[in-house]
Amino acid sequence: MEGIALAKALAIGIGAIGPGIGVGFIGAKALEAIGRNPEASGKILATMILAIAFAEAIAIYALVIAFSIH
Amino acid sequence: MTGTSHNIQQEIEHTHSLTAEPIFYIGNFAITNSLLNSWLVVIIIIIISLKIKRNIQIIPGKLQNFFEAIIEFFLEFFDSITGSREKSLKFFPFIFAFFLFIVLSNWMGLLPGVGSIGKVIEENGHLVFVPFFRGGTADLNSTLALAIIGVVTSHIVGVASIGIWNHLNKFINIKAILEIPRKIKEDKTVIMVNPIKALASLLEIITEIAKVVSLSFRLFGNIFAGEVLLASMAAILAFGLPIPFMFLEVLVGFVQALVFALLVLSYLVMSTEKH
Repeated sequence: MEGIALAKALAIGIGAIGPGIGVGFIGAKALEAIGRNPEASGKILATMILAIAFAEAIAIYALVIAFSIH
Repeated sequence: MTGTSHNIQQEIEHTHSLTAEPIFYIGNFAITNSLLNSWLVVIIIIIISLKIKRNIQIIPGKLQNFFEAIIEFFLEFFDSITGSREKSLKFFPFIFAFFLFIVLSNWMGLLPGVGSIGKVIEENGHLVFVPFFRGGTADLNSTLALAIIGVVTSHIVGVASIGIWNHLNKFINIKAILEIPRKIKEDKTVIMVNPIKALASLLEIITEIAKVVSLSFRLFGNIFAGEVLLASMAAILAFGLPIPFMFLEVLVGFVQALVFALLVLSYLVMSTEKH
């Protein structure tokens, strides 16, 4: 079939836009919070890692679809 | 190697297949390479637990100390989600079992020899390389099973703690409809609002399915993509380039296990709350 390569590329390409922006937001807000309250940086870091894992999961769904198209 | 005569000129395919490849069969049941890895993880956990249990002392030795520190740390972490130490202690064995199994499964997929030692078989006319071991959680079946166990347990815990009528009303809000004749004198809008409330809770059923799907695919996708990433990096330049990606995979394995365990914990806690 033609266009399979294009389908895979589009699947992961478009699917990574949202999570990319989302992870950027999370990081930015976490840094802001650390800047305002450096003592809580341990807790903020842990929560940030958790939130990034959730946002990343959406990109992973797109990646799995990209791998399974054939 | 395998006894089948194959043309040496033929190229051996090294693709990462989405499904785990069967190594041998017991009757009709296929034992896949991911299943072998999962069994290995279970054996390791059993051996370590028995070793610690036999030698429990008041003044702990090194292994016991290590695990006590981990348990302390996790109990505090779970406290921030459950809100009470008593609930954390109740849920701790279940959630920690999830975490331990998943993190060891993820890390076992990174060991040298896993994914690289295997056999070459003939399939559809060309040669395919089948590794003997492969990451246990890189198989969608394992992650789906874990997710189903987690979500079904949250339902069972919900029924056991707040009763089946309350639990059922979270999904089909029959209470709202039964309240209409009672409350209609005080508040005329009840006749409009409550049927909508009853139907809106049907969406909760879809949320339950979404929970299973998201849990399983998040874990599967992360670990499978990690495998493919490491294989691609090693194919580009096998010396030095995979090193930062190995660190990344170790971190991802840990974080994904933590996320899975914490999500199952929050589902359990949510199902013990009334509404």
